[in-house]
Amino acid sequence: MKSILIITKRELHSFFDSLIAYIMLVLFLGFSGFFTWLQGSDVFLINQATLRPFFSIAYWTLFFFIPALTMRLIAEEKKSGTIELLLTKAISDRQVVIGKFLSTLTLILIALLLTLPYVITVSSIGNLDTGEVICGYLGLLMMSATYISIGLYSSSITSNQIVAFLISLFIGLFFHIIFDVLKSSATGFIGDLFNMLSLNTHFESISRGVVDSKDIVYFLSLITLGLFLTEVSLSKRKTNG
Amino acid sequence: MDIRIEKLTKKYGYQKAVDNISFSVKTGEIVGFLGPNGAGKTTTMKIITNYLNCEEGDVFIGGKSIKNDSEEIKKHIGYLPESNPLYNDMPVIDYLEFCAALQGIEKNYIPTRVREMIKVCGINTEKHKKIGELSKGFRQRVGLAQAMIHDPAILILDEPTTGLDPNQIVEIRRLIRELGKEKTVILSTHILSEVEATCDRILIINNGSIVADGTAESLRKQAKGNEVLTVRIEDGDTDSIARTLKAISTIDAVDFTDRSKNRFEIQSSPGCSSKREIFNVCVKNSWVLTEMTASETKLEDIFRELTLN
Repeated sequence: MKSILIITKRELHSFFDSLIAYIMLVLFLGFSGFFTWLQGSDVFLINQATLRPFFSIAYWTLFFFIPALTMRLIAEEKKSGTIELLLTKAISDRQVVIGKFLSTLTLILIALLLTLPYVITVSSIGNLDTGEVICGYLGLLMMSATYISIGLYSSSITSNQIVAFLISLFIGLFFHIIFDVLKSSATGFIGDLFNMLSLNTHFESISRGVVDSKDIVYFLSLITLGLFLTEVSLSKRKTNG
Repeated sequence: MDIRIEKLTKKYGYQKAVDNISFSVKTGEIVGFLGPNGAGKTTTMKIITNYLNCEEGDVFIGGKSIKNDSEEIKKHIGYLPESNPLYNDMPVIDYLEFCAALQGIEKNYIPTRVREMIKVCGINTEKHKKIGELSKGFRQRVGLAQAMIHDPAILILDEPTTGLDPNQIVEIRRLIRELGKEKTVILSTHILSEVEATCDRILIINNGSIVADGTAESLRKQAKGNEVLTVRIEDGDTDSIARTLKAISTIDAVDFTDRSKNRFEIQSSPGCSSKREIFNVCVKNSWVLTEMTASETKLEDIFRELTLN
């Protein structure tokens, strides 16, 4: 556990030292603020004490930002060769993967915490449903964790960061929107299948305010799968060099 | 801690990078790994450090197999890869602290170890800089520092002096010799003089197989060690001297290296030494022997002979 946190701490430092973290936070808060308060179906337009507008915009901004955050996690180390030193230290491949995963998740957590002023503001001007808010943030966190693990996997199968970014986006696209679109055009079992696979379904389900075990299982399964595949991908070096 | 390699084989696809090699390194020994590029040195090192798997065979470190106890074993190995990969955006101190923590050093003890490494590797003036700002020599020292920071019993150094200037090379070699007093060291290099200067034993690898294993002296003895002497004989006619020398039974060939100065290169028959015969012949003919030097078979020649097929 200690080794995992050592990796997490270093990656987090690296995010901030390289300014990626600051840029991402500014962009994220900028978009969120703009579309929650000023434009589109913002709080004042729909005239309800709800943070739905924020959750809707964050659903998309996080989808694009997370591949950009995860693209360098392993790909850069493969390209520079530092992966060789990292994996020969007294740490397991699994601890490296989880450490890097947690570092990005922490960054997202920081981003979400920085939107707490929204909560305070809305609750001061109206009757805010706290249950809905908590579930909304939980949905965003689960979604983020899922895309981080997909992004981490994409980063582990290439040494080119751009390729990692694109693959991550490509895979994410299916879960984010394609399955959702397909579920309406298909009927019966296939339709149900797409519905179950679509991240949107589960995100909406949680955001509505009820945490169904079906949704938690969905997210945890995808997260575990992504991390497991990343570990497998790292271990492939042992045979191929 | 000793290292024992047993029947190690590793293939990249159909190509055998390491072909059934076996050797051992005793505790406190410094072994030099020599070989042409592509011979399998780096692959072998990557297998010892458990970065790569082997198809057949095993590596035993301190008696434990790398296949079963790799987590435990890695704590005792310090590795400096060929390319010396470092995190360019990290300051030197932060990086060394990170490495120390990863290797399981007690949190309170880390600053002491980092300070010790900075002192031993001579990077005091650069310690606050980001690694990307350092020159090659200092990067190499940082690489060595991270390999040693957890005081491992075993050091695996892949071409540790590549690209360093002559002064830095002397420094690093001195450092390795110091470390080698207590640690078990395997270092690979192309510089034959370095192997002689630093290592207790030499291993030559070619095409994935070990072609030589021994000290520099034993390798020289094994090689076609015909005695070669450079002599200068004065007070005599050049050609008659040459004729007389050729007549000596133990001498195979006499060549002129400098006719005007009566300098000859004399090759003796295998297993014979002609020094006494030459001296006696000079005494008999009243010639003056002003120079007699033995040429050692150069390691370069031994290397070439073993690796050029």
